Amino acid sequence: MTSAARQGLVSCLTCRLLTRTASPTAPGHCPRCGARMVVRRHHSLQRTWALVIAAAICYVPANVLPVLTTTTVASTGSDTIMGGVVYLYQSGSWPLALIVLIASVMIPLGKLIALGHLLISVQRGSVANPRDRSRLYRVVDVIGRWSMLDVFVDSFTVALVQLSPLMSVQPGPGVVFFMAVVVLTMLAAQSFDPRLIWDPAEGQGEAR
Amino acid sequence: MTYSHHKEETIACPGCDLLQRVPHIRSGGKARCPRCGELVGIGRRDPIDLPLAFTITAAIAFLVANTMPLMSLHAVGREAQTTIIGGAYQMWLEGSQITAVIVAFCAVLAPGFQLLFLLVVLIAVRRPPAPMWVGGMLRSAHMVAPWSMTEVMLLGILVALVKIAQLAKVEAGIGMFAAGAFIGLIAAILVTYDADEIWKRIRWADGQDPPLLPTAADLSGKAVR
Repeated sequence: MTSAARQGLVSCLTCRLLTRTASPTAPGHCPRCGARMVVRRHHSLQRTWALVIAAAICYVPANVLPVLTTTTVASTGSDTIMGGVVYLYQSGSWPLALIVLIASVMIPLGKLIALGHLLISVQRGSVANPRDRSRLYRVVDVIGRWSMLDVFVDSFTVALVQLSPLMSVQPGPGVVFFMAVVVLTMLAAQSFDPRLIWDPAEGQGEAR
Repeated sequence: MTYSHHKEETIACPGCDLLQRVPHIRSGGKARCPRCGELVGIGRRDPIDLPLAFTITAAIAFLVANTMPLMSLHAVGREAQTTIIGGAYQMWLEGSQITAVIVAFCAVLAPGFQLLFLLVVLIAVRRPPAPMWVGGMLRSAHMVAPWSMTEVMLLGILVALVKIAQLAKVEAGIGMFAAGAFIGLIAAILVTYDADEIWKRIRWADGQDPPLLPTAADLSGKAVR
């Protein structure tokens, strides 16, 4: 088993055409679709780290600051993301509470941990369990968009509950941070090159 | 003339760069990379016309979903209703403009552009070779795809409805059903179309015709086994 890169071949990231290149450092443009070709995504690890760290920083205010502020005639109250989960649970819809808990709390945190693990293992040149790490990467890439759930919940709650002066709902500062976590982790997953997971095993000779 | 998808094809796995030969795959079949498990090939019976039919239907559902009210709320003699874009607009008015822009992009613009690009690409490749700009459009369709979040939005609306139902009477509108149909149609497009087949019908950047051009019999889908 051998990779395309070791044979001097480059697979276009846009259209998947396999091309023999004159120089691996400057493969030029894809003859079919015209996209710029790269053997591995440029600065994949640096970019992914930067996005993961930025997302991790935003994760804290996203969970601490309120995402919704409810104003009624009598009172003003605000809800964090966990507050919204607790509210759903107490009002009897525990399946929805579970969905929101998974989408808003566990998936973003899980993505940060998973991407961190992938980055560290690639940087250390690990050859352990590459197949599992590839699968982990695919899961992270597919599942990430579902974290946007809470942003949509908040938007449509705000859009509908505008019965002032009786009752109105405003977005809190937490929404922006939460959205930043989702967008940054999605971009991080896209900038990571999963082929890097397999490169160390190739370097060890024909390990398989 | 030979058809590229009738014989084995050498590719590098996008997930691990392993060189491999992908055999011709039966309709409904799948090929996975033996090393990392990434999907490397799919067998489609009719990879152009069938997704095109779904795309046209989805465009109609998309228009209805975005123009008709999603849901309405009744409380103490007052009524409020919203559309998809209304959800983003209210966010803008309430002072969270960045959120409004992202919501509008993920709920309206990204699905809309994804659909428009696919529509143009699928129509253009019915008569190969399609001009090169079609490839750019296919690339754009793939770039916006992860940000097109109609199904996430619909689940979000469901959660919002359950939350508000404690406070007021909420009714689902026509827009909601159209959005549901739209999600089903997008899923139908994704399980019937094949990007590799589309690339094979587009003129190359260096000006050549695609080297392995399918014939008319092949295009009708009958020759594909």
